[in-house]
Amino acid sequence: MKYTEEHEWLLAEGELIVVGITEHAAEQLGDVVFVELPDEGDEVSKDDEIVVIESVKAASDILAPLDGEIVEINEALVENPALINEDAEGAAWFFKMRPSDLSPMDDYMDAAGYKTFIG
Amino acid sequence: MSDLNRTPLYDTHLQLGAKMVPFAGYEMPVQYAAGVMQEHQHTRAQAGLFDVSHMGQLRVSGPSWEAVALGLERLVPQDVLGLADGRQRYGLLTNDAGGISDDLIFARQGDALVIVVNAACKEADIAHIRAAFEPDLTVTDLADRALIALQGPVSEAVLAPLDPRAAEMRFMDCAHLDLGGVEVWASRSGYTGEDGFEISVPATAAAGLAEALLAHSAVQAIGLGARDSLRLEAGLCLYGQDIDAGTTPVEAGLTWSIQKVRRAGGARAGGFPGADRILAELQDGAARRRIGLRPEGRAPMRAGVPLFAVAEGGTAIGQITSGGFGPTVGGPLAMGYAPNALAQPGAVLFGELRGKRLPVTVTPLPFVAARFKR
Repeated sequence: MKYTEEHEWLLAEGELIVVGITEHAAEQLGDVVFVELPDEGDEVSKDDEIVVIESVKAASDILAPLDGEIVEINEALVENPALINEDAEGAAWFFKMRPSDLSPMDDYMDAAGYKTFIG
Repeated sequence: MSDLNRTPLYDTHLQLGAKMVPFAGYEMPVQYAAGVMQEHQHTRAQAGLFDVSHMGQLRVSGPSWEAVALGLERLVPQDVLGLADGRQRYGLLTNDAGGISDDLIFARQGDALVIVVNAACKEADIAHIRAAFEPDLTVTDLADRALIALQGPVSEAVLAPLDPRAAEMRFMDCAHLDLGGVEVWASRSGYTGEDGFEISVPATAAAGLAEALLAHSAVQAIGLGARDSLRLEAGLCLYGQDIDAGTTPVEAGLTWSIQKVRRAGGARAGGFPGADRILAELQDGAARRRIGLRPEGRAPMRAGVPLFAVAEGGTAIGQITSGGFGPTVGGPLAMGYAPNALAQPGAVLFGELRGKRLPVTVTPLPFVAARFKR
């Protein structure tokens, strides 16, 4: 598992990358009440704002961690946004993408690095 | 947050695991470990304890009740003189343009008035009231008192064992109570739409009282996050968002708070700032009004979202002034302003969110019916 400074986690699943947000981020957000995901088939560029999360407190944008194509989104999350508070690093994944450029992965943190990052 | 004020319950909040945020010049708990959603639901089901000590409390006394009451009537469009001892009312400080410079609660305590004003406005309010009243009336800033709200259907059952007089109070009654040896000034009121009490207590006794109330199994500490979603569901205005110096009582739908005796033809009609405009709007209506809105779908629409009459083109006809997710309603809800012609319940408007116009339906307020003990 790799982690970004935007508090996303990235997990390789064959040729695809599964993306979600960390438990730490979910805790900071508070109760999540709304999630808007990109469409399957969308071509995205790294740092595009492609997910909107609304908690009881505020709206947050989640950035695309890599260039590539969105191949699957987690419909269960749209139906039940509270899943993010229950299982951020498991059942509450956001989308799976087929990356066209994996080089940013080298810059992303491993679990120990992320733990240090969030203090 | 070193330049922020702290309430007498600051240490209690930290012990309870509160997340503290700056609010109106104070460090206040936005939520505790349970989170906003659970805190909101708990208040509707049992009893929530809120620290509202950041609000301003003041006492006005003078040579007679008449002098005190007529003094305040020069600043608000409410009937103060007709208030019975031990009762309180919701009131509005108005400005010369008919706008609202603050909303407040005033209670009659013998021949005196006890007034509670918003935290963000309290310095200006107290200066305004002093300027109008002194030296004829005495204005005392009760800065040495904390204010604790206990809200929810179990509130009475929490207080009654401490002082049975609590159970005899009806909505908007006020009384001195003895809560476990602490003499407090309590009102049966609040800002959640639930039955409950607001308890004014000496600052030195506040933490002890809060801890005694929290020891009851039905009572849980509730932060500002849930306070906001509770008052929004109850259709209650937040000063600075839903009402301000540029909104009139009629635009804001607060005409119920202006008694007949202060309206045109009443025995004490007018005589408050902005009376010309407010009395005219009471007769003829205002051009726009505050409305409840239910966004379709799940996306919350918050303060500042512009409203349109049509799905494409045109210019904004109003905007959302408060909005978010309503845990009891189970979806997004909002309040805002729209021209009268577009403000009928059932009318569909459009809120522009992230560049997209999404339908919102005008909905009668409150979203959740009040459950006061009348």
